[in-house]
Amino acid sequence: MVYEERNAWAGLIVSPIVLVVYVVLVLQQAGGGPLTGVDWFPLMLWVISGGIVATIVISVVWGMIAGMKDPDGVGRSDIRDRDISRMGGRVEQAFVVIAGLGVIALCAVGADVFWIANTMFLGFAVSALIGGVARVIAYRRGLV
Amino acid sequence: MVKPTLVSNSIRVHREQAGMTQAELARTIGVTRQTLIAIEQQKYSPTLELAFQIARAFGVGIDDLFGYPDTSGGTS
Repeated sequence: MVYEERNAWAGLIVSPIVLVVYVVLVLQQAGGGPLTGVDWFPLMLWVISGGIVATIVISVVWGMIAGMKDPDGVGRSDIRDRDISRMGGRVEQAFVVIAGLGVIALCAVGADVFWIANTMFLGFAVSALIGGVARVIAYRRGLV
Repeated sequence: MVKPTLVSNSIRVHREQAGMTQAELARTIGVTRQTLIAIEQQKYSPTLELAFQIARAFGVGIDDLFGYPDTSGGTS
């Protein structure tokens, strides 16, 4: 497995966990009350930061283990990695655009800032997840 | 399932004839071994530049290494 594929897998492992942890924390803090009363910003910040750190840690540790088997391949990427990355980026972009349109619609109807921020957060999380799936499929099944 | 590329190649045959391993050829053309495997298995279409580099590594023309089906369905 090449360096960029390991990164794609690391993101794919972390993204759903981040999403689930965030939803659980928000629901816990709401305690059955209205979600708009939740102090979501620090939670979101911590969960995003934790997700970034976890992705880096998984990628580094995995890279170290892989490096023991194949020292030449560690950290190397090539044109196929760039092609797959571009394709994954295009897939991600579609979901970010959908979330952006959702945010505009929510602003138009004067929705609470909780829903606006969380729609965008969901868009980012889903785009990372789907983009990761697309990348991993391209690595496993091929990109032609 | 992802459809394999229409571009066929005989890289593996040429590589084995040249007595090269996948790792050696990958190093020669500046890609990872996984990328070379994907090209050999027709799961990745190499760029024109990469195709020329592979052909040059074997000292053959690009036409000797890659094929593309013509309109009648044969391979040119």
